Amino acid sequence: MTSILLPDTEAEIEAIVHEAAQSRSALAIHGGGTRPIGGPVHAERALSTQQMSGITLYEPSELVLSARAGTPLAEIQATLAANRQRLPFEPIDYRHLLDNHGTPTIGGVTASNSSGPRRIHSGAARDALIGIRATTGRGETIKSGGRVMKNVTGYDFVKLMAGSWGTLGVLTEVTYKLLPEVETETTLLLSGLSAERAVEAMTAALATPFEVTGAAHLPATGGAPSRTVLRLEGFEASVTYRTARLDAVLRPFGTFEMVAAEASRVLWKSIRDVEVLETPREAAIWRISVRPSDGPAVGARLAAALGSSLLYDWAGGLIWASASPEGDGGAAIVRATVATVGGHAMLVRGSPALRLSVPVFQPEAPAVAAISRQIKATFDPAGVLNPGRM
Amino acid sequence: MSAIEIPKPDPRILARREAILAGLAKLVPSTSLITEEDERRAFETDALTAYRRIPLAVVLPETTEQVSKVLTFLNQEGVKVVARGAGTSLAGGAIPSEDAVVLGVSKMNRILDVDTDNRTIRVEAGVTNLGVTGAVSHLGFFYAPDPSSQLACTIAGNIAMNSGGAHCLKYGVTTNNVLGVKIVMIDGTVLEIGGAHLDAPGYDLLGLIVGSEGQLGVVTEATLRILPMAEGARPMLMGFQSAEDAGACVAAIIASGIIPVAIEYMDRPAIQVCEAFAHAGYPLDVEALLIIEVEGSEAEIEDLIGRITKIAADYNPSGLRISQSEAESAAIWKGRKSAFGAMGRLADYICMDGTIPTGQLSAVLTGIAKICDGYGLRVSNIFHAGDGNLHPLVLFNANDPAEQDKAERCGEDILKLCVDLGGCLTGEHGVGIEKRDLMTYQFNTIDLDQQMRVKSALDPQWLLNPHKVFPLAGRPV
Repeated sequence: MTSILLPDTEAEIEAIVHEAAQSRSALAIHGGGTRPIGGPVHAERALSTQQMSGITLYEPSELVLSARAGTPLAEIQATLAANRQRLPFEPIDYRHLLDNHGTPTIGGVTASNSSGPRRIHSGAARDALIGIRATTGRGETIKSGGRVMKNVTGYDFVKLMAGSWGTLGVLTEVTYKLLPEVETETTLLLSGLSAERAVEAMTAALATPFEVTGAAHLPATGGAPSRTVLRLEGFEASVTYRTARLDAVLRPFGTFEMVAAEASRVLWKSIRDVEVLETPREAAIWRISVRPSDGPAVGARLAAALGSSLLYDWAGGLIWASASPEGDGGAAIVRATVATVGGHAMLVRGSPALRLSVPVFQPEAPAVAAISRQIKATFDPAGVLNPGRM
Repeated sequence: MSAIEIPKPDPRILARREAILAGLAKLVPSTSLITEEDERRAFETDALTAYRRIPLAVVLPETTEQVSKVLTFLNQEGVKVVARGAGTSLAGGAIPSEDAVVLGVSKMNRILDVDTDNRTIRVEAGVTNLGVTGAVSHLGFFYAPDPSSQLACTIAGNIAMNSGGAHCLKYGVTTNNVLGVKIVMIDGTVLEIGGAHLDAPGYDLLGLIVGSEGQLGVVTEATLRILPMAEGARPMLMGFQSAEDAGACVAAIIASGIIPVAIEYMDRPAIQVCEAFAHAGYPLDVEALLIIEVEGSEAEIEDLIGRITKIAADYNPSGLRISQSEAESAAIWKGRKSAFGAMGRLADYICMDGTIPTGQLSAVLTGIAKICDGYGLRVSNIFHAGDGNLHPLVLFNANDPAEQDKAERCGEDILKLCVDLGGCLTGEHGVGIEKRDLMTYQFNTIDLDQQMRVKSALDPQWLLNPHKVFPLAGRPV
C-alpha cells in the first residue's frame, strides 16, 4: 500500500521532493486522483496537493483567477459562476468515463491540459493558463508567467507544465484567464447524417464568422439516428441572428432542430464528459486528434477493425473510440490508422496491465523524444516525479 | 556610450573568418552568402538601432536542408548564430555580435499549403505576418496576431518573440495561433513538432519554442490557425478627462461580459502626434483616448456599441465618435498603428513593453509620469488597455549620449514599476538584449537557472542568439 503525503505548503512540498531526489525514492504526484491516465507509476509514496487548496486571487474585472493547485475545480467554477464568468476551455470531468469518485482539482486540470468541446473556439487549458508555480524534481519552486494577459518574459514554462502530468514539477499554484459567462446558448441539431456529411456540415459552419463554440457528431446507436450538433453562445439577439444565418449554410444538410439553452447545456456536458462511451465499463477508450477532415476515415477504420463505438468532437478532429480491452486494447490498429493521416492517439481508459503493455501516449519521433527526455532531465534529474507515467 | 553590453568578439573566431566563410560557401548557393562589409552592414542592427555590430557573415538559406547544413557546420566550428526574420525587433533580438553569423530566413517565404476545411495554413517562416492573411483573405479568412510591424515582420520573428498585437484581446497571441513548426536544432537535427491537428500529448515543445527568442533552434516552417473573418468590424473613439476614468471604463466594459476585439489607449501627447500624422479625427482636448473595436453583423455591432456607450456614460466620456465608414475606420487604425513612426518624426524614443494588471492602469500612469519627470524626459503612452500591455515611449535626443543613458535608465524604472504592480517586463516584444539585465528583477536565481538549464540542454555551447534573454552574469560556465 502506498502512503499518501498531504503537504499544506510549498515549503513542505520542496522538502518532500528534495528528500525524494536525495534518496532516489519516486513519488506518485496527483491532485484529486480523478485522472488515472498514463502508465502506472512505480512509486512507494504518493504526494497529493489536495491540502494545498484555496483561491488566492480573483479579479473579475481583470478576468483573472489564481488558485492553489489542490483547489477543487467545483469551488472555482462556483466562484466564477457567482460572478457570471467561466474558464474558457470547458474542462472535461473524467469521473464518469473513468468510474471514480474523487474531487477534480485545478492542478489536475492543468497537469492534464484537459479541454472540452469549446477548445475549437476558445483554446485549450494551456491557452488560458497564464501563470504557474511548481516544485521541480530538484525540490525547488519555480515560477513562470504571472497574472497578466500578455507576458513573453523568459521561456514559456507555463505551456510546458500544462499537460506534463506531474512529471516535470508538482504544480503548487496556477493562474488562468477567464471569459464572461454568456447570456444564452442554443444548439442546432441535424439528424441522420453520416460522419462524412457531418464533418462537411461542421466544416461549413466553422468557415463562417458565426462563432460556433461546439461542433460534435454522435453516430447512430441502437436504432436512434445520428446527431450532429453545433453550439452558439452569446447575447440573445446575436444567437438568434446567427442561428438564422447558419440555417442557410446548413440547408444542404437538412433541416435542423433547435435545442434550447437548458437542454443544450446538458447535451454539451454529456459530450464533454464522453458519456456515450461510459459503458461497457471494461472497454478500452482512445482519444485521437487528427485534422477534422481525416476524422471520418479514421473513425470508419476503427469501427470496422475494432468494432469501436465513436464520438466525434472538435468538428471531427477529436475522436473518442472504444476498443476491446483484450490483447493490446486496439493499440496497433489505432496507431497504424493515425499514422496514415498524421495526428496522435492516447489510451485514456485501460487496465493497469494494458497501460503497462502498450504506450499510453502517442510515441514521439525519436529526435523529438530525445528532446523531451533532455527537458525532463533538467527538471527532474533524479527521475522521481511520476516515473512511468508518460 | 552604450549601457547595454554586447560581449567582445572571440578573437579565435575572428581569426578563422576566412575558413568559416569558405565552409559556408560549400553549403549554400553564392547568392545566399553575404560576406562584403557594406552588405553585412544591413544586418548590423534591428529596430533597437542604438546598438549595432557588423556580423561575421550573413547566410540566407533557401531550404530547411540548407539551414540544417549551416547549423551543423557552425555548431562543429563553435560559431554563434543569430537567426533573423525581418529585423523589426524592438528589443534587439536580432542584433548580432561581430563573431556571429546571421542566419536570415527571408528567402524562405513560400506559402506551402492553404487548408480552409481544417482552418490551417502552412508557410515557410520567412513569410510576413501580413503575407499570411494576404494568402487567405480572398477565401474569407485571416491570421489573427497583428503586431504593428505586420507589413514587414516575419512569422519566424513572430514565433521567436511570441508576438501579439492590437487584436489579441479576443484572438490571443502567436502561441495561441501556432499549431506546428519545423525547427532545426543547433546540431542540424530537423524536428516536426505539432501539425494541423490539435494538442499533441507529450511535453508542449511547441509552447516552449514559441517565445524562446531564437535560442533553442531555427524555425523554418509553421502551421498556423486561420480564422473566418468577421462580417464586419467597427472602431469607436471615446475621450476622457482623466486616465482614471478611461481605466475604470475599460474595467466596466469587461466586467459587463463584453470582450471587444481591441481596446487601445492613447494619452494626450500620443493623440496629438498621431492626429497630426494620420488625420484620424481624434479629439484633441482630452487626456485619454480609447479606441474600442467590436465585430459582428451590422445588428450585433450596433448592439455592442450601444451597450458600450451606455457603460461609458458613467465615466464622463467626451468626443465619443463611432466610425461611419470603412475609410473612417481605416483612418482611425492608421493613426494608432503608425503611432511609433509618427512619434519618431518628433524625437528619438525608446518603446517600452511592460504589462500590468488592468486594474493598475491609473497607478502605473501616475508612476510613469513621476519617473519621467524625475529624469526630465517626456513620455507618451500607448497601451493595449484591454490586456494591460503598455507601450510608453520615452522621448530623448539620440545625439546626446548622456540623454540616451538617461532614457534607458528611465525605461528600466518603468519596467520595474510594472513588475512591482504585479506585471511583467515584456508583454509582446521580448527580452532581447534590451531587458536582459532586468530579468533578475522579475525572476530569482532558481527561476533563471531552470530556464538556462533548458537552454544548455538544447544548445550546449550556447551558440544560438547567446547574448539575449539572460543576464550575462550568472550564466552556466
